[in-house]
Amino acid sequence: MGWTAADFVDGGSGPAILARMDQSSPATPVTRSPVIGSAVPRKDAAEKVRGRARYIDDLKYPGMLHGATVRTRAAGGRLLGIDFDPAVDWSSFVVVTAADIPGANSTGMLDGDQPVLAADRFRHSAEPVALIAHPDRARLREALAAIRVREDAQPRPLFDIDASLAAGGGLCPGNTFRDYLMSHGDLAAGEAQAEVVFEGRFETGAQEHVYIEPQGMIAHVDAAGVLVVEGSMQCPYYVLDTLAAVTARSAGELRVVQRTTGGGFGGKEEYPSHIAAHAALLTLAAGGRPVKLVYDRAEDMLATPKRHPSRTQVRVGARRDGRLTFVDIDFALDGGAYSTLSPVVLSRGVIHAPGPYRCPSARVRGRAVATNHPPNGAFRGFGAPQSIFAIEQAMDGLARQLGISPLALRQINMLRPGDVSVAGQAIDSATDFDAVLAQALAESDYLARQARHAAFNATGGRLRRGIGLATFHHGAGFTGNGEVVLASEAAVRARRDGQVEVLASSSEMGQGNTTTLCQIAADALGLPVERVTQAPVDTQEVPDSGPTVASRTCMVVGLIVEQAARQLRARLIDEAALAREDMSAEGFAAACARWFDARADAPALEVHARYEPPAGVMWDETTFQGSPYAGYAWATYVAEVEVDLLTGEATLLDFVAVQEVGRVVNPVIAAGQVEGGVAQAIGFALYEKVVRGAQGEMANNRITNYIIPTSADVPPIRVFFQEQRAGTGPAGAKGLGELPMDGPGPAIVSALNAALEGTGAMPLSRLPAMPEDILEATAGVHRTGEAA
Amino acid sequence: MSTDITLRLTLNGQPVECVVDPTRRVLDLLREDLGLTGSKEGCGEGECGACAVLLDGAMVNSCLLLAGQLQDAALRTIEGLPTDDPLFEAFARAGATQCGICTPGMVVAARALLDREPAPSRERIREALAGNLCRCTGYVRILDAVEAAARVPSGRAS
Ligand code: FES
Ligand code: FES
Repeated sequence: MGWTAADFVDGGSGPAILARMDQSSPATPVTRSPVIGSAVPRKDAAEKVRGRARYIDDLKYPGMLHGATVRTRAAGGRLLGIDFDPAVDWSSFVVVTAADIPGANSTGMLDGDQPVLAADRFRHSAEPVALIAHPDRARLREALAAIRVREDAQPRPLFDIDASLAAGGGLCPGNTFRDYLMSHGDLAAGEAQAEVVFEGRFETGAQEHVYIEPQGMIAHVDAAGVLVVEGSMQCPYYVLDTLAAVTARSAGELRVVQRTTGGGFGGKEEYPSHIAAHAALLTLAAGGRPVKLVYDRAEDMLATPKRHPSRTQVRVGARRDGRLTFVDIDFALDGGAYSTLSPVVLSRGVIHAPGPYRCPSARVRGRAVATNHPPNGAFRGFGAPQSIFAIEQAMDGLARQLGISPLALRQINMLRPGDVSVAGQAIDSATDFDAVLAQALAESDYLARQARHAAFNATGGRLRRGIGLATFHHGAGFTGNGEVVLASEAAVRARRDGQVEVLASSSEMGQGNTTTLCQIAADALGLPVERVTQAPVDTQEVPDSGPTVASRTCMVVGLIVEQAARQLRARLIDEAALAREDMSAEGFAAACARWFDARADAPALEVHARYEPPAGVMWDETTFQGSPYAGYAWATYVAEVEVDLLTGEATLLDFVAVQEVGRVVNPVIAAGQVEGGVAQAIGFALYEKVVRGAQGEMANNRITNYIIPTSADVPPIRVFFQEQRAGTGPAGAKGLGELPMDGPGPAIVSALNAALEGTGAMPLSRLPAMPEDILEATAGVHRTGEAA
Repeated sequence: MSTDITLRLTLNGQPVECVVDPTRRVLDLLREDLGLTGSKEGCGEGECGACAVLLDGAMVNSCLLLAGQLQDAALRTIEGLPTDDPLFEAFARAGATQCGICTPGMVVAARALLDREPAPSRERIREALAGNLCRCTGYVRILDAVEAAARVPSGRAS
């Protein structure tokens, strides 16, 4: 049915991929091409493996200053003043406060409620209030210690979602940034039909991104008076917008350059705009001298956003035969002190909350709640891992109550062609979720292992084993009308010698777009991939292809690049006598030469294209009904665990990830995305816990005590792709990057609960499930190692 | 600040002499004073391995190493590995680098392992690299790459 990405390790073309196409489907057939679907080595690999890639902290300029940020300590209150110890000679420092901001004191995200530097009131610990810069890094550290922020701390900061809702205000009206309701069918009728009802509460914790490169920027004013900001980022045009507002400069007086970025995972979606604004304010105050503002790990973890903690109440009912009749979900995210991206994280969480199940009636209420935590923000999955965890555990709970297996309950209820999802999206005829599930069961040897574990556990030792699965889907691209509003633009440019550049603001942060976008363009142009490169991401050079988020780069930006490339080829056919059937690189180069020869004054052969959403994608933001995404990736993940009842320690024995993602553009890069996402989600499930101090700050803000998985913790991750049907992206691709974050949490907890079955343990309902949580669940049972 | 010392060492095969504060972190000496930015700072406290270098052939985290400890030593950084080290090609082909920030340290750690044990088992590789964090790859392809490099006939390696 599929193939493993390991088949491609040596860069070969691999075995033929079994593609299934429903002939009645309107989708384009999956096509072969030498470029798409081939394991082209990453274009950035050679310089990265040799340590030659230059990240922001690797750059330095003559006369460069180093910047630092002065932050609040209390979790909100009033600023009374900033004291600079007179023992320090401040004349050699550049100092910036809110009073020095030429434009708006707002980072400009959705609600614009967050200041760049707190001026009067502040809402959380580690909020920036002042900036300093000095040529000598060591002096900077001493100076920071000589600055005291006088604070009138607010009496009772709010750190808990429900406590904040109960307080009803103080941060924003109702302490609620957004309150969404998605409803479908007749809930009262669904409740009346239910013969069995499961009710449960589920929680997920904050998660830190831990990109291995901490955040940073360098700003300077160039000879032409342009303010240049370069650094580690996902969304150069977000940074540009913030800079324009904060510095009151026009886009022409600003330039944002993305440097090699050492991981993002959502963490470099929005916060880089703050650091860029800070670095810009410092360079403006320093007469345009370059200022480097790079965080160390502790500051990065303390100040930057985390994955939103969540709590979800689920009620789900079914008939005795297992058919769902209703689901009623109350989903809430801890947005932190400012709204930042919480509204859009919330909408994705709400839409994914009912899972990939058919349910005649449903209600999902979602709230993004204000608290005095530092703002939470984008993290791979964007709200979906939180709500998917809840529905998957609720399905397991309902199965227990019905006395059927979790697998059977999913088989009864999964969305199939002809069904309509709770969001109102019709499931098209080519979706075959059963095939995905079937392959996952086969590859993981699910049923046989389940039987073996039952026998193993029956011996009553201190080790218990379990296997668990999660079935889920993830919508690619911006939610709802986001892509329509963005109207992203990309371009391709051919040189006289036939070399082609892709022009887009899509940022390489490790996910591979500098290779995959070139594969897509090369395929449309009929060129070998060596002939295409992506131009450096620089807002004065490339159009705004939208932010590099939401699994949208390959599917949405790739589609625009494909269109631009097709049009470029068409122009060479029309204007430079390129023969239609000539697919050779030489023929292409000769046509380019002819084109330029005939136009001595033409600066460039460049074609731009804009995103046009596929027909039939409509979304009503007020009723939360319609087609929220142009495409979904479907998956079943299976985890196998061993638990030590004495220590609470869980060890992953095996992990199988089967997904249907449309056309796979580059199998090695795609598999790498899944493996990396699974490892990150294993951390989310078992190891990564943000510990809060008294002011709501991250207290374990070091890699020493915030534990992410090492090579010794990650089990074999076995990745399989199905290419059932073409997606709406280029050559039939769909988005992939976030999908692997959704499944491991619920699959692992299901496996843990299966392992603990029969011990009398309470089912686990919280992520991360740390050893102490497992011991708590098994309290009084495990000490003797006996089954209760 | 302590009194500067004259430091003599072999850096990437070349004799080097410099006057330096003996308490300066070797990572800063490399990156800021000598312009060797291939070693990266991921944590600054010995947890991530992004700053890994070879000190007399053994892997150490240069963020925990002080300049004074380099007296008369042989130090090798990612920049000092032979251009045809099979690890480079193996990492690129296997898809073992994504964002790349962990990669120089990972390659250095793998080199230290292969110099000691030319044909390690996958389990050994897994253990030997457990001090190097990668947040992108899930390690699968890194293990593949080191296995593949170990299979390259020696002679190509240093
Ligand atoms: S920077 Fe040295 S171990 Fe992380
Ligand atoms: S490749 Fe990004 S941290 Fe390893």
